[in-house]
Amino acid sequence: MSQPALSKSMTSGESGLAVVFAVTAFFCLIASAKALDAPFAFHAGLSAAASLAAVFCIINRYFDRAAALPPAEINGRPNYNMGPIKFSSFMAMFWGIAGFLVGLIIASQLAWPALNFDLPWTSFGRLRPLHTSAVIFAFGGNVLIATSFYVVQKSCRVRLAGDLAPWFVVVGYNFFILIAGTGYLLGVTQSKEYAEPEWYADLWLTIVWVAYLLVFLATIIKRKEPHIFVANWFYLAFIVTIAVLHLGNNPALPVSVFGSKSYVAWGGIQDAMFQWWYGHNAVGFFLTAGFLAIMYYFIPKRAERPIYSYRLSIIHFWALIFLYIWAGPHHLHYTALPDWTQTLGMTFSIMLWMPSWGGMINGLMTLSGAWDKLRTDPVLRMLVVSVAFYGMSTFEGPMMSIKVVNSLSHYTDWTIGHVHSGALGWVGFVSFGALYCLVPWVWNRKGLYSLKLVNWHFWIATLGIVLYISAMWVSGILQGLMWRAYTSLGFLEYSFIETVEAMHPFYIIRAAGGALFLIGALIMAYNLWMTVRVGEAEVQRPVALQPAE
Amino acid sequence: MKAILTLDNLASGLVTTIWTPVFIAIFLAIIAYAFWPRNKAAFDEAAHLPLREE
Repeated sequence: MSQPALSKSMTSGESGLAVVFAVTAFFCLIASAKALDAPFAFHAGLSAAASLAAVFCIINRYFDRAAALPPAEINGRPNYNMGPIKFSSFMAMFWGIAGFLVGLIIASQLAWPALNFDLPWTSFGRLRPLHTSAVIFAFGGNVLIATSFYVVQKSCRVRLAGDLAPWFVVVGYNFFILIAGTGYLLGVTQSKEYAEPEWYADLWLTIVWVAYLLVFLATIIKRKEPHIFVANWFYLAFIVTIAVLHLGNNPALPVSVFGSKSYVAWGGIQDAMFQWWYGHNAVGFFLTAGFLAIMYYFIPKRAERPIYSYRLSIIHFWALIFLYIWAGPHHLHYTALPDWTQTLGMTFSIMLWMPSWGGMINGLMTLSGAWDKLRTDPVLRMLVVSVAFYGMSTFEGPMMSIKVVNSLSHYTDWTIGHVHSGALGWVGFVSFGALYCLVPWVWNRKGLYSLKLVNWHFWIATLGIVLYISAMWVSGILQGLMWRAYTSLGFLEYSFIETVEAMHPFYIIRAAGGALFLIGALIMAYNLWMTVRVGEAEVQRPVALQPAE
Repeated sequence: MKAILTLDNLASGLVTTIWTPVFIAIFLAIIAYAFWPRNKAAFDEAAHLPLREE
């Protein structure tokens, strides 16, 4: 072993963060002891343990590392930081499977209510936010963090800013997911859709998110490439807007600093308006802008073609930014929200057709001259089909925001079908495609373990999506029409339970679709695991490695 | 106590009057920037950026 030439000492970041976490552990322990409710005691205890683990990891990492921090460049080439990306990619796959599984469980509960098991922790009301948060924030969020850290480094040709900061972001974010998810199971919620975590989880997420923004910005600031690539604009819009939305929607006053319950700062229709301004822009900036960044980097890269129109990408970006932020009120049609606000939301939703389809065309046309690759490369096919689903669900969304259509579709399963054509088809597939690209890149593998398994994943998952969304369309429209059916005497024709009974077959089909989607993800996890495990020499001959089916 | 956060307060005065033309002007400027002939070469190069890196 060679002795380091430099005298080794802790950086201010290492010592500072270790002290902060040590103090945090102390206060969390006190909070746990003085807690007013059991879930808060559990979360405070968990935070104390996590803080101590963080102190240990920081010090352990210090003893293991060389005296000098990793250089920004080696032989004139950027020394990219892949560690946090690997962590986030792994967590994305883990949470993805967890989230899809919980989705399958609650879909089955709707078809066979006995699967509730009559336990509070496994009731639909607690598992549903667990499902939505696990797939959107845990799976999608980790995909976004992993890809953004990769793309910003590669397209700026510079090492990720910060030493501990990127690790703080990826681990801290996943700790937030853990607190939020276990909270739902224990009944801790502020009952705002997609913003269920209580005040202390929200505060922690704020700190993590600001660190994320700083790491991303600092990397852009020290870039070697003069131009800021369009994907980074989309990532930045995603990070900044999510920060604004999170702060805007979550001002709440805790009943006690030692309890989990809090009350929102404003009530009534103001709260509803803020909630759906948040909710729809979570769709617009988390599930759209962030994943469009993936589209603008991974599709050109995988197809080995330049972006079809860079001009269009600029207009796409700004049109999306200017329009999306106003679309939220379409979630509150025919409510106490002032009529002009509803119409405003509807109008901006319809205008969103243009940037959405502009972006879709830009993504699809990037394949000009490389269409043949769709036949041979299932990863590219997955990415391209995701863009097609993006086009489809961004056509359906504005249509459903029209008040007359909404009067039929709202509160029915049609909305669930719409959300899942976007979530499974667009966000899911673009994430799968990105992870299939990213894992061999960051683990230095020549390629995936098996393209044939990707092909299986693609077709099984596609079949699952088709079953899911078509079942929900039929079920939703059926439900909507039954609700508004009158007899000749002016009475409602169907009781509520009759509508539930009518939807039963479609619930079974939906659960079957979800099961197929989950099976596809399990195949993917195996494929990625083997890609990392099996060395480079072996992946050169993927055909010889097909597992016996 | 008088409520501060009301729709009337948020949607009144100068704010409602000027944001529409200001935002439209900014957006038109962005379109002009995107289509400015002199920028074409730089944008075409940027479109190749993912393919250029090592």
